[in-house]
Amino acid sequence: MSEHIVSPKVYIGIFLSLMVLTAATVAAAYVNLGPFNIVIALAIASVKATLVVLYFMHARYSPKRTHLVIIAAVFWLAVMLALTLSDYVTRDRDVAANTRITKMFVT
Amino acid sequence: MHRTGELYGQFETLEQQKESAALGMWVFLSTEVLFFGGLFMTYTLNRHYYGTAFGVGSNTLDLKLGGANTVILILSSLTMAMSVWASSVGKRKQTTGFLIATLLLGTAFLGVKVIEYKQKFDHHLVPGYHFQIDYRAQHPAPNDDPKEIEAEKEELSKAFAKDPDLNAHAQLYFSLYFGMTGLHALHMIVGAGMLVWLIRQSILGRFTPTYNTPVEMIGLYWHFVDIVWIYLFPLLYLIDRHR
Repeated sequence: MSEHIVSPKVYIGIFLSLMVLTAATVAAAYVNLGPFNIVIALAIASVKATLVVLYFMHARYSPKRTHLVIIAAVFWLAVMLALTLSDYVTRDRDVAANTRITKMFVT
Repeated sequence: MHRTGELYGQFETLEQQKESAALGMWVFLSTEVLFFGGLFMTYTLNRHYYGTAFGVGSNTLDLKLGGANTVILILSSLTMAMSVWASSVGKRKQTTGFLIATLLLGTAFLGVKVIEYKQKFDHHLVPGYHFQIDYRAQHPAPNDDPKEIEAEKEELSKAFAKDPDLNAHAQLYFSLYFGMTGLHALHMIVGAGMLVWLIRQSILGRFTPTYNTPVEMIGLYWHFVDIVWIYLFPLLYLIDRHR
């Protein structure tokens, strides 16, 4: 934020890249890539999010303190996802029990 | 009394004062990441278990409306960024103009969302007693494309063969659809309210190159809401388009 004024040209360039990436993610969704569909969708979304954070939100021109907060946010999210998933995906056999609960709920 | 950007006693320089405001905003946004993160976690788990139902649910969404909304929202981020630029170089009229454009685009996004929600109510796709995943296939409207309805019927019969509890599991998908897009829309509504305030302040000439902190901070918030949608769009609309 240290009085760095980002020029409109940069903003328009970023906007156009975001549009191209949106088109790419829609196009990729129509191709059957098995388990890689979600990987590609998330990769494109993350590139878009990074562009928004770096340029629209000026993170690139911000002090290191701000970078620390951004990295901490991503890190905490990763901790939540990784630890919760490491529990659930290692006891896949409980799905049967889950199904019984939803059956009860439907009728 | 309104703030004009004078230096407060606890800061050494104006730059430090501005950086502190930005730091506070980023800390707030990191709590927002975790707020939405809980929903993304729930989504991940349920999609992992009930992939078939999530694919069927995703294909009932209107990709044209969703795609248009993605373009609208990213465009509104551009106009927001432009208003930050205009205010930092002292172009008052342009600042106001870009803020109004952002507000209009944000409102257009919410309007499209209303149309989408209405469709889901019409097709009995709102979780609850009347939820029926194959309602549209069974009761097609006169103007529905018969080929599309046939394709939907075929997709549904395949899905029911794979997952007999499809109706229950599709409700999980739609609960998350309404929960996630609803929380996102709530953020948009809050953002629109703040934009109205910003527009008023801008018309009154409160923002100068030395003091445009509110424009920048609300800009950060607006871009964050944009990022949430950047993830929601592929996760909700594009699960199983290649049937």
